[in-house]
Amino acid sequence: MINISLLMIMVATALGLVWLRNLLAVVMFSGIFSLTAASLWVVLGAVDVAFTEASVGAGIATVLGLASLALTRTEHEKRTRVFHLPALIVVLVTGAALIYGTLDMPGWGDPDAPIHTHVAPRYIEDSLAETGVPNIVTSVLASYRGFDTLGETTVIFTAGVGVLVLLGRGRRYPVANPRVAAGGGPGRAPAAPGSEGAAVPGDSGEMRFKAILRVGGKLLIPPILLFAFYTQAHGELGPGGGFQAGVIFASAFILYALLFGVPMARAVAPASVLRGTLALGVLIYAGVGIAGVLLGGNYLDYSVLAHDPVHGQELGIILIELGVGITVASAMMTVFFVFAGQDPQQVD
Amino acid sequence: MVAVLLDGLSWLCLVAGVLAALIGGIGLLRLPDVFSRMHAAGLIDTLAAGLIIVGLVLQSPSWTVAVKLILIIVFILFTSPTATHALARAALHGRVLPWLGDRSSPSEGAPSSKA
Repeated sequence: MINISLLMIMVATALGLVWLRNLLAVVMFSGIFSLTAASLWVVLGAVDVAFTEASVGAGIATVLGLASLALTRTEHEKRTRVFHLPALIVVLVTGAALIYGTLDMPGWGDPDAPIHTHVAPRYIEDSLAETGVPNIVTSVLASYRGFDTLGETTVIFTAGVGVLVLLGRGRRYPVANPRVAAGGGPGRAPAAPGSEGAAVPGDSGEMRFKAILRVGGKLLIPPILLFAFYTQAHGELGPGGGFQAGVIFASAFILYALLFGVPMARAVAPASVLRGTLALGVLIYAGVGIAGVLLGGNYLDYSVLAHDPVHGQELGIILIELGVGITVASAMMTVFFVFAGQDPQQVD
Repeated sequence: MVAVLLDGLSWLCLVAGVLAALIGGIGLLRLPDVFSRMHAAGLIDTLAAGLIIVGLVLQSPSWTVAVKLILIIVFILFTSPTATHALARAALHGRVLPWLGDRSSPSEGAPSSKA
């Protein structure tokens, strides 16, 4: 019942996404879509996936969407009402093929489904004894499927590097650019680092009205950071892990940037440091694999890292989760800072 | 006895919270402009969410769950007024003036709120 209502909300949101022409509303709707998907996954018992979807899809993707909208127009051009018959046929045929494909899928919750008879029983029965990690999702993600996760981390690293290469050049130090203070708009000079709330001429009224936002936000930043560390450390025992923790950690910095301006946030997390940590996370991950090879095991085989194979597995999982967290946090911050540091005039 | 009392109290909170959410939802659709709609949304944000969570705290099986739920209440009480404040400020900044009940408005549903 609740599944069906959540699915209906998702369908309605998806239709709204297609129909709306205001891009701001589209970003908001995609956030709602992600949040509904996350709720659906909680209902289905996939708590880790739900956590990732909520933090990445509903959280940081929305913020990044808004940041990119700040650089472009928020209205899509008027819809052209053209009836395109070949497109309709292609869509209908593809949809029919997909639905036909689902007919061969096993029933929901069928114990004889291939996914339940292949490797899943091994994970469920042996993963605690083999890795010492109670959360099966974490042991599968970090140990059994360590290669896949290394690939995912590299994808995020590559995305961060790509954004830096494409957009970060020449405008890496927005302190020199008076127009980029987030939330301030044109003509608002960024405050010097360290002199928080330093009155910029003609800006005192703005500062006064921002007081509630700033105090409220400031109160939230420490709990958000603490929660990020908790998520990172708790990934072995419950839902959580490097991906979610990195995103939550980055969101604290993004909140700071939104409240106090990008230059202030960049003073806390300079571009040079972020570029270093972006690579450091992947380096830690790949380095754990190399360490395994040097100690006589296979690549990303953690069992040889300590005297006891189970301890080695635990150590390896903690280390690579740390690497994932560092890379994800740096990549998200880099993307946001580069987007927010763009000059809208130059983009136009 | 205590269990029945707690259960009843919890259900009272849950039903009251759901009612508050319903009223807030109707207000969100029916009220004329951004600011009064925000007032309706505030009802959902604070009263409805608070009552529902208090009802769940009374239902919670262990102390850890109860503490986590209370932390969520604290988080909501910090964030939603701040968010509402930011929204109102953004609306004022975008030159949206409050609806002052002009009688020339064409329909009772949504008179123009732009200045």
